[in-house]
Amino acid sequence: MTTRIGRAFLARTRPLLVACLVAGDPDIRESLAMIREVERAGADIIEVVMPFSDPVADGPVMQQAIQRALSAGMNTDSLFSLIRDFRSESETPLVLLTYANPVVQRGIGAFYRDAARAGADGVAVADVPLEEAEPFCTAARDAGIDPILFVSQTTSDTRLERIVEKAGGFLYLVAALGVTGVRGNVDPATIECIRRIKGISPLPVVPGFGISSSHQVQAYSQAGADGVIVGSVIVKEVGDRVGRPGEMRSAVREMVRALVADMV
Amino acid sequence: MIESTRFGEYGGCFVPETLMAALEELEDGFRTIVPGTAFQQEMDYYLHEYAGRKTPLTFCRNLSRDLGCRVYLKREDLLHSGAHKLNNALGQALLARCMGKRRIIAETGAGQHGVATAIAGAALGMKVEVYMGEEDIARQALNVARMRMLGASVLPVRSGSRTLKDAINEALRDWVANVRDTHYLIGSVVGPHPFPTLVRDFQTVIGRETRAQVLEKEGRLPDAIVACVGGGSNAIGMFTPFLGDRTQLFGAEAGGEGPGGRHGATLCRGRPGVLHGTYTYLIQDAFGQILESHSVSAGLDYPGVGPEHSYLMDKGRVTYREVTDDEAVDSFLYLSRTEGIIPALESAHAVSLARSIAPDLRNDDILIVNLSGRGDKDVSQVAALAGDRL
Repeated sequence: MTTRIGRAFLARTRPLLVACLVAGDPDIRESLAMIREVERAGADIIEVVMPFSDPVADGPVMQQAIQRALSAGMNTDSLFSLIRDFRSESETPLVLLTYANPVVQRGIGAFYRDAARAGADGVAVADVPLEEAEPFCTAARDAGIDPILFVSQTTSDTRLERIVEKAGGFLYLVAALGVTGVRGNVDPATIECIRRIKGISPLPVVPGFGISSSHQVQAYSQAGADGVIVGSVIVKEVGDRVGRPGEMRSAVREMVRALVADMV
Repeated sequence: MIESTRFGEYGGCFVPETLMAALEELEDGFRTIVPGTAFQQEMDYYLHEYAGRKTPLTFCRNLSRDLGCRVYLKREDLLHSGAHKLNNALGQALLARCMGKRRIIAETGAGQHGVATAIAGAALGMKVEVYMGEEDIARQALNVARMRMLGASVLPVRSGSRTLKDAINEALRDWVANVRDTHYLIGSVVGPHPFPTLVRDFQTVIGRETRAQVLEKEGRLPDAIVACVGGGSNAIGMFTPFLGDRTQLFGAEAGGEGPGGRHGATLCRGRPGVLHGTYTYLIQDAFGQILESHSVSAGLDYPGVGPEHSYLMDKGRVTYREVTDDEAVDSFLYLSRTEGIIPALESAHAVSLARSIAPDLRNDDILIVNLSGRGDKDVSQVAALAGDRL
C-alpha cells in the first residue's frame, strides 16, 4: 500500500518541501492554525514534532518551542486530536517526529494505531537507531504508517543497507553533525552522503537539520535529494512573535512561501 | 551493528543515528583495548600509585557496638578526589586517549564527577570541558573552583531545569556535533550501551577489593551490603562481585521529602521508559514526559537510574529502599560523631539504610556499607540544614 508520502514523492516534479512545526506551539489551539497556514502556503509534507521534555537531538530554537508547547499542556492525547483536526480538512501528507519515551509510554502498538487513526502517514523517532528499530517498524507497518528512519554521514554502507530494508516513506538524512538549528551552509560530507545513499536506496532521500537557504536546497537537490526538511527557521518565526497571533501567521506564511519558491 | 546491549529487557542504545558510529567505536575499544596488558598496566599504575588504591575496609568498633552487628565501611572517601568517581574517570580517560580522542566532555551535578574528570584530564594531558546546570553551578561553588583550578572548562547549561539531567542532554548534543575527536566521559552506569557496562567494569574494583578484604579479615562473606543509588555506579561496582553469593544487597535511593513529596527514588516509585539512551525506570508523567527529581544530595538528584539496577530489582536480587532528606542529614551527623568520619550526603543515605536494616541482623553478622565519598563538599549545606543540632 502506498501512503500519501509515497504518492507525493512519485508525483513530484521538483524537490518537495517538508515543513516542520512543533505540536502545541505556541499553544494547542493556535498550533492547528499554524499547521493550516503552512499547508496553505504550499508545503508538500507537514512534519509535526511531538514535544518531549529532553530533546537531545534538538538545538535551542526547537528546544524553546518544545518548552512552550509543554508549558501550554501539550501531551500525546492532544497531539492526536490536533492531527485529526488537521486531517479532517486536508489530504497533505503528515509526518510525526518524536522521541522514544512518549511512544513507549503509550505502548508502541497503540501509539502507531492511534497515529494512523488520527491521520498521520509517517512516524520518525529521533532516538531510535537501527539497533532499537524493530518493534517500532513492525508496529508502524501493522498500522499502515511509514517507518521513517534516520541516516547520517557517520552511517556505514553496511548499516545503510539494513536501514533501507527496514525504512518506509523516505530516509531522513541528518545533514549536519550536530543538533537541529539554523545554519545555512552546505556540508560537502552531506552532498557525498546523498550520492552514496542514492546508489543504494530506492527510497526518497530528504536531508534535514540546519537547512534554511535556497543555495542549500539547490546543492542538495542537484546531488539527488528528493526534498528538504526545514524546521528551525520556521519555528523561529513562531517563537519571535509569541502573543501576536496575527503577525505570527503571516510571518510563517511568508517564510513557507519563500521556501516553496526555492524548490526548483 | 551492536548486539546484546541489554540487562534483561533494560538498557539498549536509544540515541540519534549520528552517535551510533561513536558507540560502535567505543564498544570496539572497550572489547579490544581494555583487556590488553598494556592498558591494564597503565590502569594499575593510575589506580594504585596515583589514586591511592586499594582503599581500606575499615572495621568500625563504635558503629558495631551501636548497631549490634559487625559493621565495615569500604572507604572510597579516602580515594584521591574524595569519591569513587575517579575509578571510572581514569579508566575512560585512558581508553579515550588510546582511541586517539583529544577532547573529553563530561556532565556533572554535584561536581564530583566533574572534578574526577578534570583530575584525569590533567593527569593524562587531555582537554576537559564539563557541562553543569546553572542551578548546580550556583549551589556547588567549591567544586566549580576545583575544576577550574585543575584546568577544566565549566560550561553552564541554561536549558530545562538547569541541573544534572539537562547537563547530560547538553553533553549528548555536544558529542553529536563533535563525535569524531571527542569522548563523552559519562559519570555513572547510565546512558546508551556500552556505557552502563563500561562504567560498571571500571567501578567493580570496589567490590573486588571488598570481597578479598572481608575474606581475609573474617574468613567469610558478608551477610549484607548497602550502597546508595543515584545513577548507581558505586552500588554496581560494589555489588557485582557478590551477585553470585548469598549476601543480601541493599540500594538506598533518595526519598527526598518523603511520601507524597518530591523525590529521586526512581526504582521505588518510577516506571520503565527511555531517557538518555537507555530503557530503565524513570520518574515521569503518564505521557512519558520526564519530571524533575529532588534530593538533598545533588549526586542522587536524577530522574533515571542505571538499567542494570532496574534488572536487579525486577529479578529480586537487590532490595531498593527510600531514605528521606531528613534521615540522610541525620545519618551524616551520626557517622561523623560516632566514628569521626564525615560522609558525603549521598553516602549518608547508605548509612541510614544500614541503620534501619541492622536490627534484622545478629551480633556476629557482617554488614558492609559502601562509603562512596567524603562529605567536605556538603559541610556548609548540612550546617544550614542541621541548625541547632550542631
